[in-house]
Amino acid sequence: MKHTIAVLVNDQPGVLQRVSGLFGRRGFNIESITVGQSEEVGLSRMVIVTLGDQSTLEQIEKQLYKLIDVIKVVDLGSRPMVARELALIKVKSEPAERPEIMGVIETFRASVVDIGSTSLLVQAVGDTQKIDAMIELLKPYGIKELSRTGVTAMIRGNG
Amino acid sequence: MSAQIPEVRSTEELREKWNKPEVISGSEILLRSLVLEGVDTVFGYPGGAVLYIYDALHGFTDFKHILTRHEQGAIHAADGYARASGKAGVCIATSGPGATNLVTGIATAFMDSVPLVVITGNVFSSLIGTDAFQEADITGITMPITKHSYLVRDVEDLPRVIHEAFHIANTGRKGPVLVDIPKDVSAAKTLFTPVTTVNLRGYNPRTVPNKLQLDKLVRAIAVAERPIIIAGGGVIYSGAHEAMFEFVKKTEIPITTTLLGLGCFPSAEDLWMGMPGMHGTYTANNAIQQCDLLINIGARFDDRVTGKLDGFAPKAKIVHIDIDPAEIGKNVSPDIPIVGDVKTVLEMLNPEVGRATKADAWRKTIAQWKQDQPLRYKDSETELKPQWVIEMINETTKGEAIVTTDVGQHQMWAAQYYKFNKPRSWITSGGLGTMGFGFPSAIGAQMAFPERLVVSINGDGGMQMCSQELAICAINNIPVKIVVINNQVLGMVRQWQNLIYEKRYSYTDLGGSPDFVKLAEAYGVKGLRATNKAEANAAWQEALETPGPVLVEFVVPKDENVYPMVTQGSTIDNMLMGDE
Repeated sequence: MKHTIAVLVNDQPGVLQRVSGLFGRRGFNIESITVGQSEEVGLSRMVIVTLGDQSTLEQIEKQLYKLIDVIKVVDLGSRPMVARELALIKVKSEPAERPEIMGVIETFRASVVDIGSTSLLVQAVGDTQKIDAMIELLKPYGIKELSRTGVTAMIRGNG
Repeated sequence: MSAQIPEVRSTEELREKWNKPEVISGSEILLRSLVLEGVDTVFGYPGGAVLYIYDALHGFTDFKHILTRHEQGAIHAADGYARASGKAGVCIATSGPGATNLVTGIATAFMDSVPLVVITGNVFSSLIGTDAFQEADITGITMPITKHSYLVRDVEDLPRVIHEAFHIANTGRKGPVLVDIPKDVSAAKTLFTPVTTVNLRGYNPRTVPNKLQLDKLVRAIAVAERPIIIAGGGVIYSGAHEAMFEFVKKTEIPITTTLLGLGCFPSAEDLWMGMPGMHGTYTANNAIQQCDLLINIGARFDDRVTGKLDGFAPKAKIVHIDIDPAEIGKNVSPDIPIVGDVKTVLEMLNPEVGRATKADAWRKTIAQWKQDQPLRYKDSETELKPQWVIEMINETTKGEAIVTTDVGQHQMWAAQYYKFNKPRSWITSGGLGTMGFGFPSAIGAQMAFPERLVVSINGDGGMQMCSQELAICAINNIPVKIVVINNQVLGMVRQWQNLIYEKRYSYTDLGGSPDFVKLAEAYGVKGLRATNKAEANAAWQEALETPGPVLVEFVVPKDENVYPMVTQGSTIDNMLMGDE
């Protein structure tokens, strides 16, 4: 089962290493991990997507709390959340194919951010499934380069 | 030679002396901060990256510094000091190889929740990351085996970091904290203002348990027909032995104490069932498998205790009391989880609980098992049996000594045949099983308690892993009584080869071990040898009567096995009981 957790941490050198190292040595899976500034100066928020059953998730939370630099752990999946990732996709495109590819891109509300003589650089934002689906449709044209950020997420509403 | 072990100093006096703001170097800040934390002994080894610190230590007399012969000796000694005294042990090493030599000792302390503050030097800040001479990323290397670690980048942070390090090491679930100090930071000067407060948002150990869970436990005890207690190292670390005694006396629930829990409950008591697990007693292991209520107090359901998890305590309602929430449900999922400090939990429980009245038949069964299946071995009149040696040490010291052990068969025999009645009198590497731990940890324990008898029981294998520390016993006149149970082989590994690997004794015969008596004497420590009971009695008596350190080698047969034994992958009631 896939879980998305947000971890509020002290913005200290080595914190990402502490967190990712914990996952590694305890045999927890990391599907994606993103980290950046939070709303509070001195604190960063990590969003980690992980696979495992409920008891693994419970252990992950408890083990994370043992790290001194971890302030708060929230299981985002337990409540309605918005989860997004960004993908940059360089797709092969001869001038003749461009309109066809543009059609795919528009359907997914993605945008073209650069055009080369034989390629397009596409930017897509959305949940993981949407980006997966778009990549599937672009594959036949030939994907030259793909870079995904991993998921960042937040709980809906005021909470 | 006179004893050079320091007298206990008044921290209050030193506090006044050092508590005034003054412009001093990072090195002096470190030393003053240690004094203000109540440190009286530091174990260490100098080197290039800690030269400023050692320069500040020159002529510094407010705590004692013991120069070991290897960083591994220093950290195991600091560990022994911590386990014996309950205070954080402190050790200092230089960068690179000095720091990496500490790794085994840090991991040992981490596995057994021992509070340590480990100070390492590092290369100049400007050189960090350049593969400079004697550089190692020690905070990175030790991240998985420390409770927390610091790389101090600014001398201004040093007073706060040292204070936090002691706070973290010695609260909640205890553990080692590493403080890495680059050379320029130990040299830099600043206005020192002692730090006395801690502000760590992410660190709030929960000591007071949930009352509802306690009530559930009280009710469970009242209806249990076959209750037992498994008590572990947490009882000792939280200082809960008296509360534990009261709890057992009131409820009359039979108790088994894990390897690290030995001494948290007096072994002479009828309700004590011995140690559980791989080399546990028949009574303890059967009681676990047949109980209907299992109350785990400050133990972590280690695989050496549980055996095959699937079949562990199959009929029991499980209660788990632990300060570390992550231990709850890690291996065994409890019916009643109780997160809190063991002492606080027991002190809250004691007024509420009464005698487990439905368990009379169970108590009788357990008494019968204890009588029918005691620990036993086949004694010999011609050879020295290792179990007999432990019994002799137990009788002559009346169970009053601080006993440290190395790892292996002698460790299990010491756990089985030495009768512990007090907490903090048993020091052994349980979680990591670190060979080389036994002897230097005894030095640390003796530094904590200069007046007590400290006996270090070792095998011939482990003794050779830190034997160089004989020098510091001789030089500082540290009166540890060092026992070497010499069976000429790596006994525990050989036992597995004997029982599981069809007697293929692959590289467990040590063959050319040194003459331990001469080895001791080469370092200036008295050495004695015994090969039969008469010699053993005489040599041991002489050791006890000799002031200062003595090494006694007991030559024992190599084919003696530790029983009972549960092989890996079995449930713990499947015990090999030995020949007799």
